Amino acid sequence: MKIHEYQAKALFRQYNVPVPDGKPAFSVDDAKEIAVGLNGFPVMVKAQIHAGGRGKGGGVKLASSMEEVETLAAQILGMTLVTHQTGPEGRIVKKLLIEAGQKIEKELYLSLLVDRATASIVIMASRDGGMNIEEVAANTPERIIKIYVDPLMGIQGYQLRQVGFGLEIPGPAMKQFLGLLSNLYKFFIANDCSMVEINPLILTSDDEVLALDAKVDFDSNALYRHKDLMALRDLDEEDSLEVEALKFNLNYINLDGNVGNIVNGAGLAMATMDIIKNAGATPANFMDVGGGASSEQVENAFRIILADDKVKALLVNIFGGILRCDIFAQGVVDAARKTGINIPVVVRMEGTNVDEGKKILADAKLNLISAVDLSDAAQKIAAAVK
Amino acid sequence: MSIYVNKDTKLLVQGITGNEGSFHARACIEYGTKIVAGVTPGKGGQKMDDVPVFNTVRQAVETTGATASLIFVPPPFGADAIMEAADAGVDLIVTITEGIPILDMVKVKNFLIAKNCRLIGPNCPGIITPDECKIGIMPGNIHKKGNIGVISRSGTLTYEVVDQLTKLGMGQSTCIGIGGDPVNGTNFIEVLEAFQNDDETSGIVMVGEIGGSAEEEAACFIKENLTKPVVGFIAGLTAPPGRRMGHAGAIISGSSGTGAAKIAAFKDNGIHVCENLGQIGRICKEIF
Repeated sequence: MKIHEYQAKALFRQYNVPVPDGKPAFSVDDAKEIAVGLNGFPVMVKAQIHAGGRGKGGGVKLASSMEEVETLAAQILGMTLVTHQTGPEGRIVKKLLIEAGQKIEKELYLSLLVDRATASIVIMASRDGGMNIEEVAANTPERIIKIYVDPLMGIQGYQLRQVGFGLEIPGPAMKQFLGLLSNLYKFFIANDCSMVEINPLILTSDDEVLALDAKVDFDSNALYRHKDLMALRDLDEEDSLEVEALKFNLNYINLDGNVGNIVNGAGLAMATMDIIKNAGATPANFMDVGGGASSEQVENAFRIILADDKVKALLVNIFGGILRCDIFAQGVVDAARKTGINIPVVVRMEGTNVDEGKKILADAKLNLISAVDLSDAAQKIAAAVK
Repeated sequence: MSIYVNKDTKLLVQGITGNEGSFHARACIEYGTKIVAGVTPGKGGQKMDDVPVFNTVRQAVETTGATASLIFVPPPFGADAIMEAADAGVDLIVTITEGIPILDMVKVKNFLIAKNCRLIGPNCPGIITPDECKIGIMPGNIHKKGNIGVISRSGTLTYEVVDQLTKLGMGQSTCIGIGGDPVNGTNFIEVLEAFQNDDETSGIVMVGEIGGSAEEEAACFIKENLTKPVVGFIAGLTAPPGRRMGHAGAIISGSSGTGAAKIAAFKDNGIHVCENLGQIGRICKEIF
């Protein structure tokens, strides 16, 4: 689960990770009021959306007077911000972070994430802050510091120092930096983060170290033990159909294509999307109803996909294991009765209780196209949208 | 031979009195798996059908000599259940539970280094040696005894592959789902090595998906160490970056973990790549 920069910075403050003074603004008046409370100018006006590249997209500006704060806040609030991470449709900016400008001496990079291969927490740092870290890693890997922390031991003093000296933090700022990194690690573990990134981490001309940006991602699987963090979720940043799907424990992702699909199991769902593409069409979504879906979940999966106007045909691919084909078929029939199905639907069903499932569908006399195997299903769905 | 499990494997089931646990324990017994014990804290002394239930894994192991454990407990208790099994001296731990927090698994993985046991999963369908032993939730009837080893990060996708193999007359030595989580127990390389050393396995199907770099590492290992033919498939070539595709581990982060990179690694290392799932049975028939 992603959160906004202003929320991440508020959490950082609680853990004594230094950040600039600032507050979120939801209107131009808010922005002005917050700017008054800051210690003079310049003041940063920063769009708050769940995507990177905000600066390049024109969502982060420097105001050197109250008039500029007003102009910029009015300009950015409500704008459709397009960045390399939002897709061409962009995101509407509904919140700002108004923050005290800083005298930047040096920009650094610092992140913590779970390393899959070593099953440890890896700290990545670089003197090349403010840049795309993937490019730094590809072009000048020697400029990236990587420290692996044993999760059972926690972070050690020598590891903090390796990062600090590796970043060439000047003497007067070193103590503050070591504290910052140690606190950031505590924050990471205590809140079940999957990623924390500060880019840039700055060194000011007064030898202060501050997190100028803050990107935090929490492990969704661990949210059950962090009720406080769940309150930080911003549904404005999420697709409304995806939010709806989550209510029924459906794994759904809305995509650009026109062929909807309903599948049981994540791997098979991904492979089914690929099959649609191979057949010359484009998937409109990812929809995994799960290994043991109920007929109610299946019914809702249909309803959600059919509510999406861009879907012109639907491919249903079920390999019954725990999810029995008869249960699935009943869900399809219920959905057809309640929602009505007015686009071509190709059904490919295999596995546990497949004969009972096929009988339920046949008896309901729905206008479904049945497919014998995956290749057949792919051809039929491609023909349906041509 | 087969790998990791056979007709002599004595299994205990953690969470055997729950809905899922009892349902699947019965299906395993019906398949022929020797389930000797169940564990549910607080229900020791009861029975699930004819299976005695114990309060702790240690009691179950001491009393019945179980050598493997199948775990169905809910995600908040998943890590604890794995550690309990490892501490009780179980050789093989198969964890079906989906949704264990990643930091829990990171700790478990490091805890297991000092223990002499193998973890399969979590978030996996389990392991089956056809006609001998089924430890997991896969439908037993689609499998057939034979010489193809199957290894996968997925559940239903594996069933699809196995079903095509069986329908074309190619049986399986052992099929293993290693799970869709980013941090899991047994990895591709360990299973590939076991299949290479197994006399009964003559060919291997490896089913990967986007996210992480396990497939790339496995591909290099195959080139260096395997003499048996491998057919590879990768799911998620059309998946968008930055989105978690159902499995916690199936996510493209920046430029890492893409399907294209994995396919390229497969091709570079002599793996026969299947690009269309509908054709995987036919391709295996050609290669094997």
